[in-house]
Amino acid sequence: MTAFATTGSNGTDVRLTGISKAYGDVTAVHPLDLSVPAGSFFALLGASGCGKTTTLRMIAGLEEPTTGTVELGGRDVTALPPYKRPVNTVFQSYALFPHLDIYENVAFGLRRRGVKSVRKQVDEMLDLVQLGDYARRKPQQLSGGQQQRVAVARALINHPDVLLLDEPLGALDLKLRRQMQLELKRIQTEVGITFVHVTHDQEEAMTMADTVAVMNAGRVEQMGAPAELYETPRTTFVANFLGTSNLITADVVGTASDDVLLRVSDTKLTLPGTRCTADARVGGKLLVGIRPEKITLTHADDAGTIPDGRNRLTGRIAQSSFIGVSTQYLVDSPAAPGLSVYEQNIERDARLVPGADVVLHWNPDHGFGLDAAQSIDAGTDVVELGTDAREAGT
Amino acid sequence: MALLNRLARGLRRNLVVIAGLATLAFLMLPNVVVTVFSFNKPNGRFNYQWQHFSTDAWTHPCGVADLCGSLSLSLWIALWATVGATLLGTAIAFALARYRFRARSSAGTLVFLPMAMPEVVMAASLATLFLNMGVSFGFWTILIAHITFCLSFVVTAVKARVMSMDPRLEQAAQDLYATPWQTFRKVTLPIAAPGIVAGALLSFALSFDDFIITNFNAGSTVTFPMYVWGSAQRGTPVQINVIGTAMFAIAVLCVLVGQLVGRRPRRS
Repeated sequence: MTAFATTGSNGTDVRLTGISKAYGDVTAVHPLDLSVPAGSFFALLGASGCGKTTTLRMIAGLEEPTTGTVELGGRDVTALPPYKRPVNTVFQSYALFPHLDIYENVAFGLRRRGVKSVRKQVDEMLDLVQLGDYARRKPQQLSGGQQQRVAVARALINHPDVLLLDEPLGALDLKLRRQMQLELKRIQTEVGITFVHVTHDQEEAMTMADTVAVMNAGRVEQMGAPAELYETPRTTFVANFLGTSNLITADVVGTASDDVLLRVSDTKLTLPGTRCTADARVGGKLLVGIRPEKITLTHADDAGTIPDGRNRLTGRIAQSSFIGVSTQYLVDSPAAPGLSVYEQNIERDARLVPGADVVLHWNPDHGFGLDAAQSIDAGTDVVELGTDAREAGT
Repeated sequence: MALLNRLARGLRRNLVVIAGLATLAFLMLPNVVVTVFSFNKPNGRFNYQWQHFSTDAWTHPCGVADLCGSLSLSLWIALWATVGATLLGTAIAFALARYRFRARSSAGTLVFLPMAMPEVVMAASLATLFLNMGVSFGFWTILIAHITFCLSFVVTAVKARVMSMDPRLEQAAQDLYATPWQTFRKVTLPIAAPGIVAGALLSFALSFDDFIITNFNAGSTVTFPMYVWGSAQRGTPVQINVIGTAMFAIAVLCVLVGQLVGRRPRRS
C-alpha cells in the first residue's frame, strides 16, 4: 500500500475521560473513560440505544459532550469542530453525496484541504477497494456493498489518525457482511490506522476487533480481548450478550485451597478462585456460569465413566436439535431448568434423546463466577433484539 | 367488415397513444393559432380573421407604440421578482425545514396563504396597503407584489427538496474537512438546486404573465399583459402574436437545452 507507506502512520490513541452525553433529562451516555490504543481495531459493542453511536459521534465532533474530554494522540480536541479533527467516519447509511460521482466523493476530503492533484491518490484508493472501473458512476448506480466500499475509501484517503465506523455493515446481507468484515480487517492491518467500530453484532465485534468494549445502557460493562470477554465475562450482561451462558445460582459453602466450594440443591460444585470475579463469602450466593459448548453430556447409565474432579449435574433432556456441526440440547436439571448444551457431532450417543436421564459435567476451570446480586437475564432479550435487527437488515 | 374490425383492433391497441396525442393537440392548438396568426396581415385593427401571409410583424416586432416598452418592463420585473423571491424563499424554506423556532408552524401556514388566496383579493388588499402607506404606484409596487406571491411557490419547491435531504450528508461533509460555508456550497446547495431552479422558473413565468395583481398596483405603469389587455379593446396588433410565439419558442428551447445538459454525463 504505497499510499500509506509514505505517511508512516501508525495510528493515534484515543482517550475519552469522564465523557457523557445528556439530551435534556435523558442520559444517553453515562460518564465513561475509554482508552483506545494506537493502531488497534477497537469495537464498541451493544444493543441499539446503548449509547455506542453517541460515543462515536462525540469522538468525531458531531455531538458535543455534556461533560468530559476527547483526546487524540494526547491532544485535547473536545472544543474542535468536526472539520478540524483528524478523524473520518464511515456512516451507517454511507451518506455518499448523491450529486457527485464516485471519483468526486472520494476526492472530497482532499479537495477541502486544498490538495491540488488528487488524481493519483484517488485512483490508488479506488483500486484498494476494487472500484477503479466505477469512478464516473453516481452512488445510486452502485450496489450496497460497493457503496460501502466507497464510503470506506472516501474516509481512508484522508489518512485520518482514527477511522470511525458506525455500523458500516448493518445494511448488507449476511454473506456480503462476512466478506466485508474480512476486507475491513485486511485494510486495517494494511494501513495501521486506529479503527473504532460500532456494532450490535457480537460475532462481528469478536471477528474483527483486537479489543471489544461491551456497552449497556450508556455504560461500559467490560472491555478486553474477544477471547477474554468470552471466557471470563464479569457481568451477567456480558455473559448473555456475548454468546450464550448457563447461569446457575449457587450457595457458597466454603473454600478449599484456591477453590470456592458451592452447593446447588444437593449437588456440590467447585470453582477456581481465580475464575471468580465476585466476592465469594461463605454463606453468600454466587452465579456460576458455564458456556454450553464446555459441557459434556453422558447418559446416566454411564455416569461411572466420568473422570473425577469434574463438576456434575444431573438432568433430563427436554429438547434436542440437530444443526449439522453440533447438536443443541436443552436439559432440565434440579439445579436449574433449561440448561443449554452444545455437543460436537463426532460420536453421537443414540440414547441422548428427549426424555433421557443424563449427567452434565465440565472442567471446573471452564466455569466463571459472577455476583449473584445482578439480574440473571440481563442481556438475553437484547440478544434477540440484535438478531432481529440483523435479520431485518438482510 | 374485415377492414372495420382491423381498424377497431388498431384503435384498441393504440388507445393510450391516441389519447395522449389528442390531449397534446388540445393543449397545443392555442399556440398553433397564435403562431399562425403572427404571419397574418389583417384588414383593419383586429387580427381575428385570416387574410394573407406576411412577415411584416416579425420584421417590425416593435412597430406598435409602447409594445416593446411594456415588454421590457415585464421582463425586468419578472427578472427581479425571480431573484428576490428565490433568495428570500430559499432562506425561508431552509429556516422552516431545518430549525425549530417559535411560531414556526404559523409562519409555514402564512407563507402558503398567497398561493391559496384568490388573486383579486390579494391584489385589492395590497393596493389598499400601498395606498394607506402613501407609496406611489409603479415599478416598485409591482415588484413587491410579485415577490410576495412568487415567494410561496419558491418556498414550497425548495422546502420539499430540503426536507427529503439526509442530514447525515452535511455531517459527512463536515467530517471530511468542509467548513460550514463549504458544506453549504458544495453539498447543501447542489442538492437543493433542482428545487431552487424549479421555484425560480415558476416565479419568472408567474410574474411575467400576471395581470390581476399588477393591474391593481401598477398606477400608470403598463406591463406587457396589461398592454395586451388594453389593446384588445381597441384592436389586436399582430406583434402581440409575434411576442407570444417568440416567448413560447424560447421556453421550449430552454426545456430542450436543459434536458440535453441533464442527460449528458458530466465528465467522461
